[in-house]
Amino acid sequence: MTTTIRPQKPWQASPSQRLISASVLALSVAASFLIVALTPMKGKLAYFVVFFLAFALLDFIFHFASRGLSAAKDSLARAVIVLGIALGVFPIISILATVFVRGYKGLHWGLFTHDMKLNSVSDPIGQGGLLHALTGTTLLVLVALIISVPLGILTAVYMTEVRGRFLKPIKFLVQAMSGVPSIVAGLFILSSIVYTVTKSYSGFVGSLALSILMIPTVARTSEEVLLLIPNDLREAGTALGGTQWRTVAMVVVPAARSGLVTAMILGVARIAGETAPIILLTGGGDSVNANPFHGPMGSLPFYIWKSYAVGTPESITRAWAGIFVLLTIVLILFISARILSGRKASK
Amino acid sequence: MSQTLVSASEGGMPAKREITTQPRFSDRVFRGVVTSGALSSLAILGLIFFFLTYQGFSVLRSQGLYFVTGSNWQVVQDAAGNIDPKQTQFGIAAMLIGTLLCALMAIVIAVPISVLSALFLNFYAPPFVKKVMVSVVDLMAAFPSILFGLWGFFILMPSAEYWAKLLHKYFGFIPFFKMEVPVFTRSPFIAGLVLAIMIIPIVTSVAREIFSQTPLDRIQAAYALGATRWSMIRAVVLPFGRSGIVGGAMLGLGRAMGETVAVYSVLNIVYQINWHVLLGAGGNVASMILLKFGDAGPEEIKALMAAGLVLFLLTLVVNSIADFIVRRSGGKGR
Repeated sequence: MTTTIRPQKPWQASPSQRLISASVLALSVAASFLIVALTPMKGKLAYFVVFFLAFALLDFIFHFASRGLSAAKDSLARAVIVLGIALGVFPIISILATVFVRGYKGLHWGLFTHDMKLNSVSDPIGQGGLLHALTGTTLLVLVALIISVPLGILTAVYMTEVRGRFLKPIKFLVQAMSGVPSIVAGLFILSSIVYTVTKSYSGFVGSLALSILMIPTVARTSEEVLLLIPNDLREAGTALGGTQWRTVAMVVVPAARSGLVTAMILGVARIAGETAPIILLTGGGDSVNANPFHGPMGSLPFYIWKSYAVGTPESITRAWAGIFVLLTIVLILFISARILSGRKASK
Repeated sequence: MSQTLVSASEGGMPAKREITTQPRFSDRVFRGVVTSGALSSLAILGLIFFFLTYQGFSVLRSQGLYFVTGSNWQVVQDAAGNIDPKQTQFGIAAMLIGTLLCALMAIVIAVPISVLSALFLNFYAPPFVKKVMVSVVDLMAAFPSILFGLWGFFILMPSAEYWAKLLHKYFGFIPFFKMEVPVFTRSPFIAGLVLAIMIIPIVTSVAREIFSQTPLDRIQAAYALGATRWSMIRAVVLPFGRSGIVGGAMLGLGRAMGETVAVYSVLNIVYQINWHVLLGAGGNVASMILLKFGDAGPEEIKALMAAGLVLFLLTLVVNSIADFIVRRSGGKGR
């Protein structure tokens, strides 16, 4: 007869301890209802504050009684830290829920087949659509992508492969560039190109401003990705007689391909919803404009901005619907970036 | 050994290989191309500085120091429509103060929450929760700013107004929370809250990165000496990560100072110096540029360019300090 020894887990809470924690929780919920009912305090805030204070206090007392002061302090710290993460995550949930609930009302299939040429934003929801904004945003992002991906990846290659004498200054400059406010990027393009060269608003100048915001994101994400490539690969490439150019182009960059795509996607997610330079530069037309070099170009952020500024109930519903579409795009980009980089990490 | 060599030479030895430390031509081209690509960031930053100075120079010269110390913004034209240089004044002090006020408030709210969140993610969360939460926080950093603006206006504003009234009622004796006219909507307080929510992901990710670099042996030493989790954090993690937290906060400050659309949507932009954070009037430089841009004449546009230059330099300085601190603290920097 063999006996199997059951593994012991002394660090786990025993049933009695669990019971006590549950009762502390229940007691503090009860206390919050009681106190809010008895005192003139009211509202969700009062419930929340009283609940937290009651929970922290009861928990503190219980741990103090059973295990002494430092255990009590530990449990108090845990309560405060959990409060911190709750406060940090709550806005995200609220934002996502709001966008879904409010944006849902403004959705209809016409959004993807009509533009706003014949409609104003205050028209009933079923009329008009986002086609001009979607094509505009796509074009703006594509042109920005064409400009900033080569520059961003070259910068990253410089920081990881060439590592010349400008290494430190360039790291600093890329960091500084990522802090350039979006409105300053817009003003810069306005002063340097719109007022001096083109004299008119177009999608292309908007893309230029977006590129300024996108280059640092692409450069830094790519740098991180390239740093992950093991040095063995570079040494193997050189040992086979490759020049640095061949090693980078044939070995390092292909090995980092999915990571570089992730960098591009994150860059696109960064600029897709950028509003301030778009307002300054693109002119924001209401009809589909497929030529980024000529004429005003609509885009999702501009559409949202315009609808919000008008302020009638219909236009605000339209703004939320626009945000719904924009956020869906950002979410898809973000999740695909996660999947790509996750697959690479698991290899 | 020598025999094989001889026989090889008889069979026609290949020409001696060139041994050189000089890079090949292709490598020289490669390095040149990559270096010039990398210097594009220098070029762009330099051009931003040059063009904003170029466009705003006349205003900066005519206003002098008044541009950053004065708080009067008026364009006076005579009957013929020409600008009257004597009475036309551009001073952005009111907006600079508003910028600092909103950004500092955002920091005060966001940094504690971010540090606590980072502590939770590194030392409390189970692996699965940590993975999900990190993704969610990173996702939040990618939310468009106009979304924060609309959410702040429609969802946060009613609650925040109520909180502001509570603050005024119970802490009204503090000069910041004092107000003569009870207008609680669209105040710098609400703008600060929105900015705080926007920078929480940034500060959290910097703090998380720094905390995760805490040497494991020190953590285990603390536990081995009988420390609870909290005393370990207080004795090991926080001292190690202190300067990183400061750097992350500065990074958030830089981001908060340059924010345009979110502030524009929630704040009632009034051109005056307003220290009372609960009063519904204020502004920041970025949103002021957006507001005035729509109907600005040529002279005013030049003044706006100069304001953009000031904002650019301000965020550049703050970001550089942040970068310096984060780098020095051993973090990779974000």
